[in-house]
Amino acid sequence: MTGAEIVIRMLERHRVDVVFGHPGGAIMPIYDAIYDADLRHVLVRHEQAGAHAADAYYRASGRPGVVMATSGPGATNLVTGLATAMMDSSAMVAITGNVPTSLIGTDAFQEADVYGITGPVTKHNFLVKRIEDLPRVINEAFHIATTGRPGPVLIDIPKDVQQASWDVDLDAIDASVDLPGYRPTVTGHAGQIRKAAEAIRNAKKPIMMVGGGGQIADQEVMAFAEKTGIPVITTLMGIGAYPAGADQALGMPGMHGTVTSNRAITHCDLIVGAGLRFDDRVTGKISRFAPNATVVHIDIDPAEISKLVKAHVPVVGDLRDVLPRLSDELGRLDIADWWETLNDWKSRYPERYKTDKPLVTQEVIEMLREKMGPDTIVTTEVGQHQMFAARLFPTSKPRTWVSSGGLGTMGFGLPAAIGAAFAQPGKPVVCIAGDGSVQMNIQELATIAKHRLPIILAITNNGVLGMVRQWQELFHAQRYSEIMLADSNPDFAKLAEAYGIEGHNVFDRDQANALLPEVIARGGPAVINFVVYESEKVYPMVPSGAGVDEMLIGDQEPDEVQA
Amino acid sequence: MSVTKHVISVTVRDEPGVLLRIASLFARRAFNIESLSVAQSETPGISRTTFVVSGDSHTVEQVQKQLQKLVDVLKVIDHTETAFVDRELMLIKVAIARPEDRVEIRQIAQDFRARIVDVARRSLVFELTGDEGKMDAFVDQMREFGIVELIRTGRVALPRSGDATDRTEIYHSQEAVPGTQ
Repeated sequence: MTGAEIVIRMLERHRVDVVFGHPGGAIMPIYDAIYDADLRHVLVRHEQAGAHAADAYYRASGRPGVVMATSGPGATNLVTGLATAMMDSSAMVAITGNVPTSLIGTDAFQEADVYGITGPVTKHNFLVKRIEDLPRVINEAFHIATTGRPGPVLIDIPKDVQQASWDVDLDAIDASVDLPGYRPTVTGHAGQIRKAAEAIRNAKKPIMMVGGGGQIADQEVMAFAEKTGIPVITTLMGIGAYPAGADQALGMPGMHGTVTSNRAITHCDLIVGAGLRFDDRVTGKISRFAPNATVVHIDIDPAEISKLVKAHVPVVGDLRDVLPRLSDELGRLDIADWWETLNDWKSRYPERYKTDKPLVTQEVIEMLREKMGPDTIVTTEVGQHQMFAARLFPTSKPRTWVSSGGLGTMGFGLPAAIGAAFAQPGKPVVCIAGDGSVQMNIQELATIAKHRLPIILAITNNGVLGMVRQWQELFHAQRYSEIMLADSNPDFAKLAEAYGIEGHNVFDRDQANALLPEVIARGGPAVINFVVYESEKVYPMVPSGAGVDEMLIGDQEPDEVQA
Repeated sequence: MSVTKHVISVTVRDEPGVLLRIASLFARRAFNIESLSVAQSETPGISRTTFVVSGDSHTVEQVQKQLQKLVDVLKVIDHTETAFVDRELMLIKVAIARPEDRVEIRQIAQDFRARIVDVARRSLVFELTGDEGKMDAFVDQMREFGIVELIRTGRVALPRSGDATDRTEIYHSQEAVPGTQ
């Protein structure tokens, strides 16, 4: 068996059903083996898009995504995708070809130090120099990627190792993994859980904050919330882990969080942090974050405990283990007064926006939510539309919200929609994009066209880099430096048609209302370019460096306050 | 928070690139390494590295947790929290400017238990082991004669017998969580 065949057989053993990738010189042997393998390969038009698709495949399914690329530029193009997956703890395995071992280090054609370059943006990486190591390395890669705090793992395979031959029976190879330096803590410490329960029992104004870790523990989160009656905040990464519309949901926290969430953080006396890492976009200025709160921090990664927010009661473990055991020690919390305050804020600060102007992004997103249904998978690009989507189209089921949180990668959403479509065949997918970020991986319209994927690409096109514009308006004296897109944007409808995809340009709300149902009924693929009001801003906004209690409420103020 | 020096030893699997991983972790998290030494341990395939880092307790705790996360890292010990022995090795070439210096230099070297490892007409090379303070003191003494060049290994450390508290245990007792990733 050749090294390339071993790679394919091992992927099959890990029940990989689809691989995203792009061939090239140093990975030709593996692509030769793919030629007559059962494995489905999706040819992307840029390796970065392949990495995002593999990442989103995991986010939408819970099964690790796989991406392949050649050496040098192929591999370096993966870097943004790996960093995105690393920041958002997404399990993927990247396989790159490299120049033959005899040429490594000689600045050979298409050679780059992929092992060195990708180390800091992967959970772990491997350079395989002997064919005999391939089965073990591939087993370890999948194990590391999918256990503990998930993350991307890269396997770099020189071409001669792919071509080498080894008389091996893969069935006879021990599939168990022996990594003495890698033993994630799954089971929470009983004493710590008891301490956490005691702190929660004594709290008068507790909140629960659920992050990306909640995506695999939605039932446990729900059970905990139902039993205790605790208010639940979901971060951008936690959207879907707890239903956005539930009575106990306060919405998103942080820089563009809801008034209720940010006030609840400021006034609470206890936080149950579940599978989140207290990112700066969530906390704002740390010294003003939850100044009165006892922090119970549950996370599977001990390095996240007290990294930014001091944890008074740390519990290292899997939420699926810790939350039920914590629930067992608790009954319904006596927090009626706290709920009265929270409900007052909730009723005074519902989501609001004004439509006394041309079409706005917010209403486009609401239309999509109303017309696409609860089974929809939402992917986003990065910017204003992403924040509007997080607030107005937060999904209610886990693994249905796919957005680049930690790295904030423009160009993520469109390839992510491809990954999600392959991960959940038959489910409608909408990619909510801006006219800026959508152009960062726009070439993937070809991949969507080829596979006729059920994706609706909704571009909210305000003709500028909207979030940058918002900062410039508010904090840079309206000096609109390098944000103009409208003067050279393509005709997105024609562009879609050029790729063989249905395309529409929409200029007003009547047209939008009339068009959306029929496009959605056709099931996609389709591109709808909504021309929207340029200077809409996302509020509330916590200015950079300010505390979450210092948010600018802007157009989220009740009308009587704004007037 | 006060900045103190910490001697941290890290036991690692001898995989290619493990040092790169550790160095890049220090660089990325903006942790400063004052010295670093690496060598084989008593077990084949396992190396022991000793770092000296300075930082406040929060920074140093983060260093340790981040190191512990690396797949090839087996064990992280902060010797500062326990009794340990540490040594450093130095080779130092001292100039002999005037013939009469030779006697005085050799006398000082003897007081420091430095060994002569190379003798030339215009210089002597000494080998010296000891703790950091002893090294510094010897360097100071030799400065007036003229140091041609010197090299130091950086500190290496082992816990004292019967008092070996590994980082994992310390972590447990502080935070009461079993096992670390």
